[in-house]
Amino acid sequence: MAAKHVTTDSFQADVLSSDKPVLVDFWAEWCGPCRQVSPILDEISAEHGDKLTIVKVNVDEEHALAQKYGITSIPAMHVFQGGEVVKAIIGAKPKPALLADLDAFIN
Amino acid sequence: MREVIIIGSGPAGYTAGIYAARAGLNPLLIASSVEAGGELMKTTEVENYPGFPNGLQGPELMESFRLQAERFGTEVLLDDVIEVDLTGTTKIVKTGGGKTFEAKTVILATGAAYRELGLPREKELSGYGISWCATCDGFFFREKTIAVVGGGDSAMEEATFLTRFASKVYLIHRRDSFKASKIMQERALANPKIEVIWNTEIAELLGEGKLTGVTTRNLVDGTEKQLDLDGLFIAIGNDPRVWLVENQLELTSEKFIKVDGRSSKTTLPGVFACGDVIDPTYRQAITAAGSGCVAALDAEHYLTGLK
Repeated sequence: MAAKHVTTDSFQADVLSSDKPVLVDFWAEWCGPCRQVSPILDEISAEHGDKLTIVKVNVDEEHALAQKYGITSIPAMHVFQGGEVVKAIIGAKPKPALLADLDAFIN
Repeated sequence: MREVIIIGSGPAGYTAGIYAARAGLNPLLIASSVEAGGELMKTTEVENYPGFPNGLQGPELMESFRLQAERFGTEVLLDDVIEVDLTGTTKIVKTGGGKTFEAKTVILATGAAYRELGLPREKELSGYGISWCATCDGFFFREKTIAVVGGGDSAMEEATFLTRFASKVYLIHRRDSFKASKIMQERALANPKIEVIWNTEIAELLGEGKLTGVTTRNLVDGTEKQLDLDGLFIAIGNDPRVWLVENQLELTSEKFIKVDGRSSKTTLPGVFACGDVIDPTYRQAITAAGSGCVAALDAEHYLTGLK
């Protein structure tokens, strides 16, 4: 399942108020590493979607969200729990490394 | 058992793929999961690759390399090699995705990885003001003050590219001249937003949780100064990526894979190396591509000798 695209308007409902932890992938079309990590996040979503929701924020369209969360380097993958950022992963990583980073949320 | 496995997907790896596939060797090219296409994926305009008089984008060039390799039967796998055993007649290659492959020959085209400044908290501030990819992150520094460290072509390209976004770009370099190509230097030096700080290194990274500046140290008179910055882009060169093989074959004193003369032959039979991982000097897309061709021809010749 491809990740849902979240906007400033839907951020509260989709991310901040979610019961489950939510990984927000801040990305842009012109960012090569973002495009390379995207299918890996889709796989993780398919395998662990029951425990962790994965959504995307296009920083080109959602300046305010990128600015609010201090994004200066993408891909930036922030995990939100109870409305707070509890983990930030910067840069594209292979699947085993991402799974290790996300271990606390998916196991 | 495979005839040949190619590790790496920059110009060297894909060119080796094109030549090995056309030789009927049915190569498997392990491209990496998140860095497929190599260094050129992070560049913008490529103006010096022959055959493209109007230039083209780095990612576009690498897409063409891949398509050309696949056209002749190169199998491209988006996975990461995590372990190899190259010492025997049968070469063993294991990936992060959990696959194990065997091959008669292996071509190493693993390239080079960004060199770090080696300062405390550099990792911690990466992604929080420190960046390694101008094309990815320049966007976040609109109307900001930033610096690029380095003196080569990459530093010139990044500084020039970043002026599209930033209001001010300092270019910090250790020496009193750049080693970048003339055309790239002239472009950077003529840009009114770029100010060069010569003979200077970064002594300290400043900021808690987010970079706010650096302390610079003048290497001629030793004076230190604070420079307020919103972002810092590091482009001080690359180190050959040899960790997979460094305990199995011989390296040069500069830690590149050692090859025999103008060939791609490493100190292990059936193992060949090409591209930036063997090249301390030229490191261009075109020289890497030429080197990949050499490796495929050497592997083909070696395989003929086995029959």
